[in-house]
Amino acid sequence: MSLTSDPLATVVQGDNIGVWGGGTLPYAVPSKKLGMWLFIVSDAITFSAVIFSYGYLRLAATAWPRPFEAASITNATVMTFVLLSSSVAMVLAVRASSMGNVNAAVAWLVATALGGVIFDVLHIREWLGLIEQGVRPFHNPWGTPMFGAAFFSMTGLHMLHVTIGVIYLLVIAVGFGRRKFSTVDVEVSGLYWHFVDLVWMFIFPLVYLLSAKTN
Amino acid sequence: MGKAFAVALTIITFVSVAVFVSRHWWFPEVASAHGGAMDHQFAETFVGAAIGFILAQLCLAAFAWKYGERKGDQRPIRIFPGGAKWLVVLALIYVGSEIILLEFVGQKVWAAMYFTPAAADSLQVQVLAGQFAFYFRYPGPDGKFGPSHTSRIDETKGNFFGIDTSEPGSQDDIVTVDLGVPVNKPVELLLNSKDMNHGFYVPQMRIQQDIVPGMEIPLHFTPTKIGRYEISCNQLCGLGHHTMRAFLEVMSQEDYQKWIVEQASLQ
Amino acid sequence: MAHMPTEAQVHQHTAPTGFIRKYIFSVDHKVIGKQYYFLAVFSVFVGMILSWLVRIHLVWPNAHIWGLNALSPAGAPGGVISPEYYLSLLTIHGTLMVFFVLTTAPQAGFGNYALPIQIGAEDMAFPVLNMLSFWVTFLALCALISSLFVGDGPPISGWTAYPPLSAVGRSAGPGQGIGQDLWGISIALFCAGSLLGALNFITTTVDLRCKGMTLMRMPLTCWAWLITAILSLLSFAVLFAACVLLILDRNAGTSFFLPSGLLVNGTLQNHAGGSPLLWQHLFWFFGHPEVYIAIVPGFGVISHVLSVFSRKPILGYKVIVACLLGIGFLSFTVWGHHMFLSGMSPYSGFLFSIPTLIITIPATIISLLWLGTVFGGRLRFTTCMMFALGFVSVFVTGGLGGMFLAQPSLDIFLHGTYFVVGHFHMVMGVAAIFGMFAGTYFWFPKMFGRMLNEGLGKVHFAITFIGVYCIFMPMHFIGLEGMPRRYSSFVNDLMQPLMPVHKFMTIAALITGASQFIFFFNLFWSMYKGPKASENPWESTTLEWTVPSPPPFDNFGGKHPVVYHDPYEYGNVQNGKDYVMQTDPAGQPARSQ
Repeated sequence: MSLTSDPLATVVQGDNIGVWGGGTLPYAVPSKKLGMWLFIVSDAITFSAVIFSYGYLRLAATAWPRPFEAASITNATVMTFVLLSSSVAMVLAVRASSMGNVNAAVAWLVATALGGVIFDVLHIREWLGLIEQGVRPFHNPWGTPMFGAAFFSMTGLHMLHVTIGVIYLLVIAVGFGRRKFSTVDVEVSGLYWHFVDLVWMFIFPLVYLLSAKTN
Repeated sequence: MGKAFAVALTIITFVSVAVFVSRHWWFPEVASAHGGAMDHQFAETFVGAAIGFILAQLCLAAFAWKYGERKGDQRPIRIFPGGAKWLVVLALIYVGSEIILLEFVGQKVWAAMYFTPAAADSLQVQVLAGQFAFYFRYPGPDGKFGPSHTSRIDETKGNFFGIDTSEPGSQDDIVTVDLGVPVNKPVELLLNSKDMNHGFYVPQMRIQQDIVPGMEIPLHFTPTKIGRYEISCNQLCGLGHHTMRAFLEVMSQEDYQKWIVEQASLQ
Repeated sequence: MAHMPTEAQVHQHTAPTGFIRKYIFSVDHKVIGKQYYFLAVFSVFVGMILSWLVRIHLVWPNAHIWGLNALSPAGAPGGVISPEYYLSLLTIHGTLMVFFVLTTAPQAGFGNYALPIQIGAEDMAFPVLNMLSFWVTFLALCALISSLFVGDGPPISGWTAYPPLSAVGRSAGPGQGIGQDLWGISIALFCAGSLLGALNFITTTVDLRCKGMTLMRMPLTCWAWLITAILSLLSFAVLFAACVLLILDRNAGTSFFLPSGLLVNGTLQNHAGGSPLLWQHLFWFFGHPEVYIAIVPGFGVISHVLSVFSRKPILGYKVIVACLLGIGFLSFTVWGHHMFLSGMSPYSGFLFSIPTLIITIPATIISLLWLGTVFGGRLRFTTCMMFALGFVSVFVTGGLGGMFLAQPSLDIFLHGTYFVVGHFHMVMGVAAIFGMFAGTYFWFPKMFGRMLNEGLGKVHFAITFIGVYCIFMPMHFIGLEGMPRRYSSFVNDLMQPLMPVHKFMTIAALITGASQFIFFFNLFWSMYKGPKASENPWESTTLEWTVPSPPPFDNFGGKHPVVYHDPYEYGNVQNGKDYVMQTDPAGQPARSQ
């Protein structure tokens, strides 16, 4: 049903009611998008609280280990590149969907999800490597036991968000392909994905680079 | 109903203020050097708060009494003269003056306690809080505390601080269950906890500090009255929290000397 | 190019059928609001019983309390409350009251019910998410209540759950095993439910206002719910993180909050590297906005109700909005005033006390504007109005207590004493509850289509108002004597002379508590047997009073209201009425504010 011929629509053509005058969406931001922005703000604060805790404890610690050698840093850099690329794919997906190109949008959404999967795989590989070296949430072979706790909490929380994002994107891809979801839904999922990427851009330097081996 | 409310509120206001002013329940008598200043600051705050309390509650009561709608009442409503403006100004003046007085002038007590370090000749006493008792350690004639080791703590043998008497400085340490201090001399307490958050609270001395495991927190004061004062734990620490207490004994210089020698002989 | 919709969303859902869809898993904001409200009623009932047990134990420690032995043979052998069980009861009392009463009914209860109607919308922006929020909150309550029945009972660490006591596990004391874990899970779930609710409130207020409902024409209740939702969105996120870290410390061996060298019950703990102060920072960064989340909806309801029942426009609408925004912003800058003596830097203490005193300014302005609204009005002393007037009184009292506690110098003496307990009960346990009572007596006709009994209401108010002063004012007195809080009994000589005061407070608490049963009876009886309510029994101007009592499932019967007036146009008599509905296209506005 066309929105302007909808008898229950509150906006009458030609009315000058202003952006905040009621009966309209301010700045034409659909509710789902505003809702996702609000969720992102709150999730950003949750991540901030965990990162704050890490900072607080690290500053107070006398022996914070710096165990990440070239191989680890390279791996983390590749993970960063993969995630950034997946964000580019996401941008292309949103663009395709807004141009009405359903097949291209679905393809780019799947590509984005694939990027997330590769990221997860590399991440789990890294975790397994560290676990083999003896790193646990409660102790590690190098310094204060909180290193493992902080590392696994922050990266674990982030990985959880990536994984949920992968599932979310695939659901949107399938639904958009079947014309059940709209461009707005694709864009909203894009917001989430870019947020997850942004959080990584904080975790990468704060966790990996700050603990890179310096000799 | 409005008039009944007005009467009840007026009675409540006057009874409350009267009880405070009567000082029937009030701070215990001050026994430390900085306590007087703290009491003075409380009194200043109280005057400001009491004025606000009385005026606000009585206004409310007066309005409830006066402005009830009566049947057949054609009286028009009256907007407060000047609208919101003068009330905003009043709030700014009232609170603003309280802020300047209490915050900036009144910080002297806080600064004296926490921004200034203890006097150089303070009697230093280590305090160890743990579920559910306080223990005290004096450095002895050498003026130094020997190292303490958590792994050596053995309460059954009375080794509350985990001292190894073979280590240098530990031989002459004196561990007691009461905190004895001489009057009119500055004391610096070094607060430690071995398990939970505890509190160290002596109302008459006007001192209080949470004790956090993993930190040694200094607290200094100068007792000015001889007597026996209770130290309460004031930070919830477990099921025995309400039983966790010790005693601060403020003694004359001679009595203190006798006491510390006696305690040393008990080690 | 696909068109982005610019019109406000139109839901156009059909009326639900079937008992489950209508009353259990309903997406109707009115049903969800009532569900939250009754969750809060249940919680306040349990919380009140717990407060009785606590108060009885303080003055009659050897009393045998019927039923307690069955609930917890270890905690209350023979029905006599042990010291650890006292702390457990205290912990659940605080947790229930702060979270499941004061953070649900004022915001999620009344807000869910009234916000969409007051802004002219059919429902909230995300109705399914709304339903999900409620059921997550319900699960959280189940987790908390279950701690009374499992293991060795609820935790003993207080609603503030400070580590190391809350983090080391069972060796710290009874209730610190599974009880504390259930507490952590409950609160984490509660955070999730609140976050989802908050984003729903904000999106609804921004997007779903009907035509003509500008932000400055919204009733102050809507402003209060909006600001509270913003506070919730930002603060619950931090508590959520803190709870997750606490659960990890307890179960995954991490040491976020636990330093090395802890000797608990003779056993050296295997933790290192953490800080108990970190929990306090995280908790209170949430905890202070939380108390404003508890009271700001009350500010909205009281401002609204005082205007209605004084037949006068609220004095200083714009100023109140500015003050609410100021309070919201400042509430994030003051958390350290809960930590003056915690061991954090004393310079921080000084810094935190500045915004703590400054936040008094908007609160004082609002209180004075309430007095200015009542001034010169034509007061209608309905039960709702009585609770609103009572709110002004108790909020001033409680707030003035805060003036003492805001100063670190005085906090040295007053921290951890009954002065603090008296202060926060006055503002939260009394004022916020009065806000809930005012909301109940105001919106009950709309919610249930019937009127509450005014006679019973007045008796309820009278006993409650005098009762709360009798319970909580003396706490300030004994606090001045240095009486510590969270003590399950007072064995020391210092405190014995104060026991008569405790007896007085306990008896007052029991009487006041008993009078709440007048309210509960009134509530449930009137739902079915009260006289039928008209569309606008209070002659109020806002949109919820333009629809039938109770409203149809889509609030406005398919029509979309248009708003022409401010929400508080009272006092100007025209056409035989002294008020102008917001939706009235004619009608002269009242004198400007």
